[in-house]
Amino acid sequence: MADIRASNGIWNEIVSFFSSVRLTIVLLLSLAVTSIIGTVIPQNAAPARYFMQYGEFWFRIFSVFDFFDMYHSWWFQAMLILLAINIVVCSIERLRATWSVIFPSQVNIQPERFRKSGIAVSRTFPGTPDQVQEALMHHMGKQAHIHTASASGKSGIFWETGRKSRLGVYVVHLSVVLLLVGGLMGSMWGFDGSVTIPEGESADTIQLGTGNVRHALDFAIRCDDFQIRFYENGMPSEYRSTLTILEKGQPVLTRDILVNDPLTYKGVTIYQASYGTVPSKNKAVFEFTSRDSGMVYRLAADVGQTITLPENLGTFTLKEFVPSYRFKGHDLGETFLAVHTPPEGGAVEIAIPTQFPSFDKMRKGIVAVSVGEAQTRYATGLQVTYDPGVWVVYTGFLLMIAGCYVTFFRSHRQVYIEFHGSDGNTRVDMYGIANRNRLGMERWIERLNNRMGVK
Amino acid sequence: MNSSLLLSIVTFVYAASAILYIASWVFKKSLPAAFGRWVALAGLIGNMTGIGLRWIESYQMGIGHAPLSNLYESLVFYSAVIAIVYLVIEWRYAMPTIGAFVMPLAFLALAYASLSPNVNDRIQPLLPALKSNWLIAHVITCFIGYAAFAVAFGLSLMYVLKARHTGDPQSLIGRFPDIRVLDELNHQMIMFGFLFLTAGIITGSVWANSAWGRYWGWDPKETWSLITWFIYATLLHARFMRGWQGRRIAYLSMAGFAAVLFTYFGVNLLPGLHSYGAMGQ
Repeated sequence: MADIRASNGIWNEIVSFFSSVRLTIVLLLSLAVTSIIGTVIPQNAAPARYFMQYGEFWFRIFSVFDFFDMYHSWWFQAMLILLAINIVVCSIERLRATWSVIFPSQVNIQPERFRKSGIAVSRTFPGTPDQVQEALMHHMGKQAHIHTASASGKSGIFWETGRKSRLGVYVVHLSVVLLLVGGLMGSMWGFDGSVTIPEGESADTIQLGTGNVRHALDFAIRCDDFQIRFYENGMPSEYRSTLTILEKGQPVLTRDILVNDPLTYKGVTIYQASYGTVPSKNKAVFEFTSRDSGMVYRLAADVGQTITLPENLGTFTLKEFVPSYRFKGHDLGETFLAVHTPPEGGAVEIAIPTQFPSFDKMRKGIVAVSVGEAQTRYATGLQVTYDPGVWVVYTGFLLMIAGCYVTFFRSHRQVYIEFHGSDGNTRVDMYGIANRNRLGMERWIERLNNRMGVK
Repeated sequence: MNSSLLLSIVTFVYAASAILYIASWVFKKSLPAAFGRWVALAGLIGNMTGIGLRWIESYQMGIGHAPLSNLYESLVFYSAVIAIVYLVIEWRYAMPTIGAFVMPLAFLALAYASLSPNVNDRIQPLLPALKSNWLIAHVITCFIGYAAFAVAFGLSLMYVLKARHTGDPQSLIGRFPDIRVLDELNHQMIMFGFLFLTAGIITGSVWANSAWGRYWGWDPKETWSLITWFIYATLLHARFMRGWQGRRIAYLSMAGFAAVLFTYFGVNLLPGLHSYGAMGQ
């Protein structure tokens, strides 16, 4: 028995710690103050940059406290978890206390309570109490009913509105919990990555975060086209990517995306985030340097096209573009592969790296080829995200707005009206009680009083 | 007449209104305030006309969009909302000394927009990220919230002055409304502002999710709006649950408004995605 009581004591202390509003205030202010850090120190930059900026000493201190990614640090997350527990415990404790007020099995009217703490207005009308009461009932609408005190047998009018508005604050608290839960779901089961896809190419993996972690998608995204439009003053007006979703290589869906108009496929949303340029893999302008005359000819060629070179140097066929080309163990980067067929002798396969213009000279053929001008094409930069928590968060958003409105601008208002008759006149005593906005209740009961006077 | 010129003129109309309210308070005359109310209303009509005109002008330039897209346009809208909120309070509570503390704020917002060389008043086309229906909802809700907090700041200042004051009720500060009324009105404004700040953060968040694929990214502007939200949430809990009133609430309200100002102006000094509201461009 004693043990149970002791553990109950500890339990009660834990509950009272978590249900204190003082804890709420401390947590809210601590969150406000510490959040400033992450707006002053840029978040998630390269460690070297921090080292340069703050020096070794501060770099180490800041690293210990995770100031470079503080919103995901253990201490910041711990404060959020504490706040969530605080909200839940507080709400349960208070809801238990007010449940019988919000959902009473029967409304218990105590005139003494109104006489003691209500806002009082008094007025005298001609007529008997019954007549005045009946006339007033007419005024008060459906929410009013006549209450007869069991002890004295005297009757009065009881009127109330907004009883359920007391639930508003719990709706707000629930919404905060939903936001935190939704955020947690997103970070546990969702992903957020980016991918750059040149026009005409496709990708089925994305890069997560800033690291080198790659994530495989269930489908591939092909960029068919990318366009930028500009205003007359040169500002960009529109970024548009035409994307095709491929399932096992088969196109299933083609759609344009814009900034603010993403594409969602199988719960994964694809956003227009940025763009860049890459060399075209279909065409380029090449420079042909004749070994004998030293003349340089600039000629354009498409992949698959064969062109005839001047000075009877033979023909040149552009075969393909490769993003990387290995030569004697070195990666020469983006390279065009072609075939040169001189008038005499056999065809030779040649490699033309875009970054090394003199590479083909080493072959010592009758003509040396280099890339004169790489034609560029656009590459679209996409943000690709999956967040299963977003609907929980959005539900939280709606509940928060509705809950805040009810909490701030609705109140539980009760009015009790008593009648005291003497000499053919009746004194009407009105008492108003509101769970908040006493000033509003004062104004309201004043108006009720004035309205009765008009009659 | 173009919208910029009209709004420059409105700046002086608001200044006149503020001076009339201050004169009425200082010289204990009710006439200037009665006049100041109509001047404020005229200024508000001019302010709204300026916004409408600017909207039309943007369509004439072929880059039509609601005039809520940069610092200048947001300041113009801000001053209009401050004037509206103030006139509603005056209409409901008839306490014109409050005007001496609130109308100067409407004037300052518009003066900063119209007269500061740092604020560009040219109509510019929308960047792709701003082309969203959420832009209008986001800006309107945020600035209604900010305006309510500005009025709450004025009321808090009056509260603090009045609460210190013990002397003659006919002196300058003695003629402020009763501190109980100031406290209650301050609280009403904060609840109103908090609802709209919440709606502003939420609309911004939904917009961010449709533009960038995340509803919250701890960008400095987002974080500062949340800091502001935390401060006012603290205030509301302190008042509802712990019965804080009066001076402590007034100081928290002033701290909250400082956070509002930093969210609005200061964040532009920090790096982030919200550069549309920044100086210059």
